[in-house]
Amino acid sequence: MSAVEILLGIDLGSTTTKAIALDHAGRVLGRGITNTRSNYNVASRIVRDEALVQSRFELVRHAIAADPELSRVERSFIGALVRNFRKQQHLEQLERLESALDHCADALRYAPCREAVKEKLHQIDEAIRSRVPGHFSELAVRKSDFFRDLAAADYMWAAERFSDAKSVSFDVLCGLFDAAILEVENAATDGAFERHSGPALEQTLATAPAEIQKRAPKLRAAVESVRTREFRVLGMVGTGYGRQRLPFPKEQVRSEILCHGLGAHAMFAGTRTVLDIGGQDTKAIQIDSSGIVTSFQMNDRCAAGCGRYLGYIADEMNLGLHELGSLAQESTCSVKINSTCTVFAGAELRDRLSLGQKRSDILAGLHRAIMLRAMSILARSGGISDEFTFTGGVARNPAAVSALKELVKQNYGDRTLNISPESIYTGALGAALFAQRASEGRTVA
Amino acid sequence: MSGQTVKTPTVQKEESMVLQKQLIGDYYDSLGRAPESGKRVVSTFVPGNLAELLRSFDLLPILPEINALQSGMRKLSANYIAEAEKQGHSEDVCTYVKCDIGMLKSGSIGPTGVKLPNPDLLLLSYTGCFTFLKWFELLRQEYQCPVAMLHVPYLSGGRIEPHHVDYVVKQLRTEVIPKLEQVSGRRYDEARLSEMLALSVKAEDDFVWVLESAKHEPSPIDAYFGGVYYIGPIFTAFRGSEAGVEYYRTLREEIAERIRLGLGPVTPEGTMEKQRYRLVVEGPPNWTSFREFWKMFYDEGAVVVASTYTKVGGLYDRGFRHDPNRPLESLAEYCLGCYTNLGLPSRVDLLERYVRDYRADGFMINSVKSCNSFSVGQLLMLRQLEQRTGVPGGFIESDLVDPRYFSFANIKNRIESYIQMLEQKRMTRMPA
Amino acid sequence: MNSELEQILNRAQTLYEDVDYKAVAEWKSAGPGRKAIGYMPIYVPRELIHAAGMLSVGIFGGGDRLEIIRGDAYFQSYICHIPRSTIELALSGRLDVLDGMFFPSICDVIRNLSGMFTMLFPERYVRYVDLPQNYDAHVGGEFWRRELIAIREDMARLAGGEISRQNLRNSIRTYNENRRAIRELYEARSESPWFYPISQVYAVLRAGSVLPPQEHTEMIRRYLELAPKESTQPEDRSRVVLTGMFCEQPPLGLLITLERAGCWIITDDLLLGLRWFTGEVREEGDPIENLAEAYLTQSAATASCYSPDGQRGRWLVDAVRQNHADGVIFCAPSFCDPALLEQPMLVSALEHEHIPYTQFKYSEDTGQFAVIREQAGTFSDSIRLWSEA
Repeated sequence: MSAVEILLGIDLGSTTTKAIALDHAGRVLGRGITNTRSNYNVASRIVRDEALVQSRFELVRHAIAADPELSRVERSFIGALVRNFRKQQHLEQLERLESALDHCADALRYAPCREAVKEKLHQIDEAIRSRVPGHFSELAVRKSDFFRDLAAADYMWAAERFSDAKSVSFDVLCGLFDAAILEVENAATDGAFERHSGPALEQTLATAPAEIQKRAPKLRAAVESVRTREFRVLGMVGTGYGRQRLPFPKEQVRSEILCHGLGAHAMFAGTRTVLDIGGQDTKAIQIDSSGIVTSFQMNDRCAAGCGRYLGYIADEMNLGLHELGSLAQESTCSVKINSTCTVFAGAELRDRLSLGQKRSDILAGLHRAIMLRAMSILARSGGISDEFTFTGGVARNPAAVSALKELVKQNYGDRTLNISPESIYTGALGAALFAQRASEGRTVA
Repeated sequence: MSGQTVKTPTVQKEESMVLQKQLIGDYYDSLGRAPESGKRVVSTFVPGNLAELLRSFDLLPILPEINALQSGMRKLSANYIAEAEKQGHSEDVCTYVKCDIGMLKSGSIGPTGVKLPNPDLLLLSYTGCFTFLKWFELLRQEYQCPVAMLHVPYLSGGRIEPHHVDYVVKQLRTEVIPKLEQVSGRRYDEARLSEMLALSVKAEDDFVWVLESAKHEPSPIDAYFGGVYYIGPIFTAFRGSEAGVEYYRTLREEIAERIRLGLGPVTPEGTMEKQRYRLVVEGPPNWTSFREFWKMFYDEGAVVVASTYTKVGGLYDRGFRHDPNRPLESLAEYCLGCYTNLGLPSRVDLLERYVRDYRADGFMINSVKSCNSFSVGQLLMLRQLEQRTGVPGGFIESDLVDPRYFSFANIKNRIESYIQMLEQKRMTRMPA
Repeated sequence: MNSELEQILNRAQTLYEDVDYKAVAEWKSAGPGRKAIGYMPIYVPRELIHAAGMLSVGIFGGGDRLEIIRGDAYFQSYICHIPRSTIELALSGRLDVLDGMFFPSICDVIRNLSGMFTMLFPERYVRYVDLPQNYDAHVGGEFWRRELIAIREDMARLAGGEISRQNLRNSIRTYNENRRAIRELYEARSESPWFYPISQVYAVLRAGSVLPPQEHTEMIRRYLELAPKESTQPEDRSRVVLTGMFCEQPPLGLLITLERAGCWIITDDLLLGLRWFTGEVREEGDPIENLAEAYLTQSAATASCYSPDGQRGRWLVDAVRQNHADGVIFCAPSFCDPALLEQPMLVSALEHEHIPYTQFKYSEDTGQFAVIREQAGTFSDSIRLWSEA
């Protein structure tokens, strides 16, 4: 079979790194995202590999969907296959983590502790492994898909159980994790599909219901064919905050403004204005009917009102980031907040709480303040034209969206507001599309 | 140009640079020697700089703005600013002022390593910038020396009216000249002043010629980064001097040669070969990362063909010249016409002219935190200019001499995005 | 509380909170062909507006009562807040009730703001007022006289009538009375601050930005009479001078917080333009001459005006001494060039006289007073408990 031609876009953000893999026709095959805090080279490798893994799954899905005999079980089979695959991946990572923890324990300064520490680590390892099946069961709801998050949560839980102030303290165990996780994140991630798809397939088939079992030979063949399929990356474009650091030649790097504009256009062809609120910056972009940027404004000097700000608030309130929006929506009487300065976020919040203001009301006020800021950057860039596409992590926050809708209506009238659940990949999508254009010989800067 | 392949010009392209370096070096040396030589020193500002008047009294000008920017370019400013802030100056205020005060508190060692003399007089040429007023009031307190106040009224309507000139001339006669006489021990010599103004005119003619050379394609100069060097002598101690005339004559000849050879501007990275984009720039440059900032433009093949910063010390390319026959009146007109003394509508008009006359592909605004005079209103100017000229405007934020406010990554990001946007627009205009 | 006093205070508070300038619209509709002219801090010769039969309206920003939606689009983050709320007021149509606007030369922000108004509202009367920095009667005085005449002519043209010398003398008299009343209010407060809480004094003072001067004078006099009759016990708080608040105004909550933290604000430079002259403007003779002379010789000292004698801090030291103040609180708006650049000079004058001081920054929409309360409280305690007798 001929090689699959892939076009890659990689978006290096301040908080997360994303990748999109397109086929030669510009259709999305796979996506990758990581929150690694390691260097950009590692992050881009991880997301590229993940996007390619997802692409392989997509190809498997295509193969199965195309065969009338198999299409009935497509969803349930792929679902189970992916779960088992992820479990295998997770277990591989865990093994690496265990080995890294072991190295780190070796490096401990006080030899007498070392034995005790390793004993605890062993107990922790076992405890963590016992939880793995639960994370990847069919009905499991994971708070995060990132290995770091899952492993950290499990590790901390176990460490609390097994730590002992007198012999091996919780702090020592935490320190070991922090060191070890870096080692894991820096390890190579390619070839995951090749390694794990086999075992995942066998596990899936072994526990599958009859209708899947009886189609086993064909299903196996489908997976096998994809496993051995060659992928050829026709082009790759990097964008985002860290793009300078990548060893990409200049022609393979595009500004995130352009990538965002093109990505938004690809998601919603009627887009004329794009608002992106990222981890640390806010971008307002005007594009024309071909997705070409005509004007833009950024606020990247100050993280007020960006994702990170919400992160601080979430931490202060001991909530998950994704819970902020829904709590804000419970507000009956929004509190007027004038400043979204991250430096004072914590103090302001504590002050208001002590004054008896309700969390939901304060949050509602905060969300409005954030969107007011976004409105002013939009105004500077040229206003809000129809259609208006909102991207970035904050676009997943229902309170932010509803505050934005209200402000848009008040100040600009009716505008179609587009939000895609995949909006976090907007920049990577645009980058991949630029890679596509370049590969077609279309000379674009 | 002949069919020869040799691109290296035979013109001594470095001569004007050598000359200028010498001028600056000599100037700082003479400042250092002032205590022994007995020469009196007068501090003043670049906008509203009455160089000829001072020189007619044999006075030596000191320009604290130049000291500050030189300190910035030599990476000394961060410490000076920290020193000033330690002494109680706010983080919110102009970093030129803090750099100057910090330098003062650190021993007054000037940017070339020469100890700077205390001024004998502060000539507060209150032109185009409110901060100047407070700056010299602060210095007065430090130096305990006299101040001559010259209030140059703001041209909110964009036009010089007779009563503006009248007011300035009266102040020259009743406030400035008497104090200069006192400090120098000489009488006002109008004939001498006129002679110097005649020299100024020559330099101004050549200077304007140099600025307008950027109308050529390719442009032989960079009118912003390169322009900073070209404005040096005429905005400081050398206007009205033979040395100044010589400098501009030499510079003009060099540029003429560059045009003849079809050469682009000299940059720290070498001669600019490929000029992909012609830009007009509004706003002062950043000094602490001057070279890196220039390189960002250079890397994108962007040449600046006109700028407003090169008009802060005098606007000469709209026809104004000093007039030896009306010395004080023309000095007044000179002050009134400095760029930051012009109302916002006139500034937009000027920028629009530049975009058209210099056939620019776009314009860029460098919004500087320290400088409210330049910066307030630039966002409105951005919109207005885009509407009027149809070319896109870029917007970046930095500062004069506080390195904390120059974020390399952010600025590069914005410039790259802007250039790529220009390129995309250009691509779509090309026939299929 | 006495019911008339309550009425006065309610009225003053309502006027203060009204960002729609309803009082101005009401005044205009109460008579045929009435016009109103706005002005920003600091000083504008309101007599010229008044003599033309027009109402002068002080535009001092939207404070914490205005949500900024459009205004922020015009200004970078390192610029103070008042231009944002002013643009917001203008773009939201709230300043449509004005027939013109003056922008005095307080700093480069307001200077450039005048240019922005010219560009955004080309059909409106906008004038930048360049206050003279030369105080020689023949030089700066001549310049200023010419400016006053030009303004007089513009006001006459806008009002559609002539301004006679007598009109102008009458207006001078009216404003002299108003300034006198304000001076008396400040003196009374300085003497017995417990009768005149800052929230009340401020609201009453600020009402002068939208009321006709005679009505304002009336209000002040009634307040002066009624307030001391409320039984209030004198309290031992620190007597402080506030400075830095001559343009962008602090939220009322901030001033109240200072009092609650243990201070009596016994004098300040709040709304300085409303009480610009330290004495009377001459009422006989050529009114233009008189206004010019008053500017040159009787203007309040403030950061935006050059001080030829170099004694920048003298007025502050005098204010402290004359009012028997215990210390000074510097409150400057963030990014305020005049206030912040001036401060080191004022500080050195205070240090020379061993007068204690503290400082902080605010913006007109500051919502958070906890830090200020702490700081002011500590300051007030320290100067009461540990200052030299």
